[in-house]
Amino acid sequence: MQNLELIFFIAFAIIAIYSAIMMVTRRNPISSALFLILNFFAVSGVYLLLKAQFIAIIQVLVYMGAIMVLFLFVIMLLNLHDENKLSESITYRKITAVLLSILLMGLLFVTFFFGFMGKKSEIHETAGTIGKAEFLGKELFLKYAFPVEIAGLLLLAAVVGAVVLAKKKFE
Amino acid sequence: MFSDYGQIFVFMLVAIAFVLVAFISAIILSPRKPNISKDATYECGEDTVGDTWLRFNFRFYVVALIFIIFDVEIIFLFPWAVVFKELGMFAFLEMVVFLFILILGFVYAWAKGDLVWDKPSPIIPKLDRQIFKAD
Amino acid sequence: MDNFITSLLGENILTFVLVTVPVIAFVAVFALYAVLGERKISAWMQNRVGPNRVGKGGVLQTIIDGLKLIQKEFVSPIRADKYIFNLAPIIVFTAAFMGFAVIPFSSIFIGADLNLGLFYFFAITSLGVIGLMIAGWSSNNKYSLYGAVRSVSQIVSYEIPTALAAIPVVMLAGSLSMQTIIHEQAGGILNWYIFGGPGAISKLILFPFMLTSAVILFISTLAETNRTPFDIVEADSEIVAGVHIEYSGMKFAMFFFAEYAQMFAVAAIVSTLFLGGWQSPFGDLIPFLNNPWIQFGWAISKGLLLVFVQIWLRWTLPRLRVDQLMTVCWKFLIPITLIDLFIIGLYAVL
Repeated sequence: MQNLELIFFIAFAIIAIYSAIMMVTRRNPISSALFLILNFFAVSGVYLLLKAQFIAIIQVLVYMGAIMVLFLFVIMLLNLHDENKLSESITYRKITAVLLSILLMGLLFVTFFFGFMGKKSEIHETAGTIGKAEFLGKELFLKYAFPVEIAGLLLLAAVVGAVVLAKKKFE
Repeated sequence: MFSDYGQIFVFMLVAIAFVLVAFISAIILSPRKPNISKDATYECGEDTVGDTWLRFNFRFYVVALIFIIFDVEIIFLFPWAVVFKELGMFAFLEMVVFLFILILGFVYAWAKGDLVWDKPSPIIPKLDRQIFKAD
Repeated sequence: MDNFITSLLGENILTFVLVTVPVIAFVAVFALYAVLGERKISAWMQNRVGPNRVGKGGVLQTIIDGLKLIQKEFVSPIRADKYIFNLAPIIVFTAAFMGFAVIPFSSIFIGADLNLGLFYFFAITSLGVIGLMIAGWSSNNKYSLYGAVRSVSQIVSYEIPTALAAIPVVMLAGSLSMQTIIHEQAGGILNWYIFGGPGAISKLILFPFMLTSAVILFISTLAETNRTPFDIVEADSEIVAGVHIEYSGMKFAMFFFAEYAQMFAVAAIVSTLFLGGWQSPFGDLIPFLNNPWIQFGWAISKGLLLVFVQIWLRWTLPRLRVDQLMTVCWKFLIPITLIDLFIIGLYAVL
């Protein structure tokens, strides 16, 4: 069983990395979006291996089923089919992008080689219960009641923002 | 738990295999005679004019945005509904407040007219004189 | 144990595959015969005879149709984006079929009784919309694209009332697992969630609200499967066939399969949540009817009954306009489900 998990993990990891690379290198925005969906799929598989079922399903429901739909929609609505529009060359943007990626690489390097030093990479035995909706519900609505309400406010702001921005952009 | 999700993975593989088997058998059994009219875009016999990708009404986009926000709200609702009976009144009031906040946004979008779609205003032809006079 | 196959043969790779075999066989047979049923029912409603040439009374008609579709040329339009064009039917069918993994057919048979079953169902079936969308986009046809945009805004809008209408049941059952929800409804027709679930007789005041939820769930799942009256997505008279327009032969058949598979899937969800799934309506009065093997009959016949209603509606109601569709969803269904949720919650707390 342990071996099977490892095989699945490696498969999902390879799919995730491959699709991430394909996503940034495709010229056609729709292909990029599809590879991003594949990437989310692989990531939700990894969540499942970590026994985080709820988060895995949220990944499918929200990221794949909702946010990517919006992405595809926007690509279609704004007529981004013409790939030349996307490949404007702005020098300072490129430089910033390179600098930021180097920083990110450094951060990842530090975390991987110093953060996990001497730590076991085992899933905690309670992980199975933590991933369930019952546990999440209790935690969210007893311990973190206030943050949940704040999240509600955040969502309210998002609705208002969406409505206002849409008015501005399109009219 | 693993076997459950493993089962779902198998469901996915079987579904994909089913489609592929159907496709492959179709490729083997079917003739292959492409011609220009057959492979052209089908627009009821007319040649296509212009680009396919047109701009759409922004309402489609706004609806998708509002949908995402409601989707996130639903994610909060599911774990709440599962433990709702155990937690009782406190959780109930909490969710009422949470939903109230979101309904404010919903009402705002409604009031701003983002949920209203253009209604068709058909021009009904009027006849000035009757050709067939009723006796 | 989720199912009799695993408890008989133990857990190994073979049983994993064996569990899916009856389900995919069921989907294939159902899709073929639902098409025939639909044609027969529509003929019956319109005082026609319907297909009656192949086999006795036309029983072999759709099988012949399927064989015909296999022999059709595998056409991809020149202007289409070929890979994505061929990928779309795979995504649509896979998403529709994966929903069947959590549909309980009997107390001894369910693909996988997930702890988050219902939630999983909503998540996975929402992926079909990606398939429709890229089908519309990659066909490079104006009608397809219109169909895709319409279908996306319709399906995503109706996902919200679908989930909101299902939540009252989750609240009362305290679980998202499909089998647990059905086990809760044991003991006869009055314990089904449409009558307020198990409990004292005072639960019957919930009946109107549960009925509203059930009806809304049925309506909005109907919209998610793009069936009439919510078929502006394919609206034959306006946009020819929407996203399906460039698809022919087996590729089209896959969209068709997916649509019919989804019809049964959503019917099964409605019957699981509100009509007791595989529970016999007589409860313990006639213990024989609660036999695990008879339960298959209950689950499937309840599903088929709802499928019949779907077909009946299709041949009765005219198509809604886009603005009506959005009005129904956002201004009627969502507020009503929220009020429902509040009242049922209030009852459960007090």
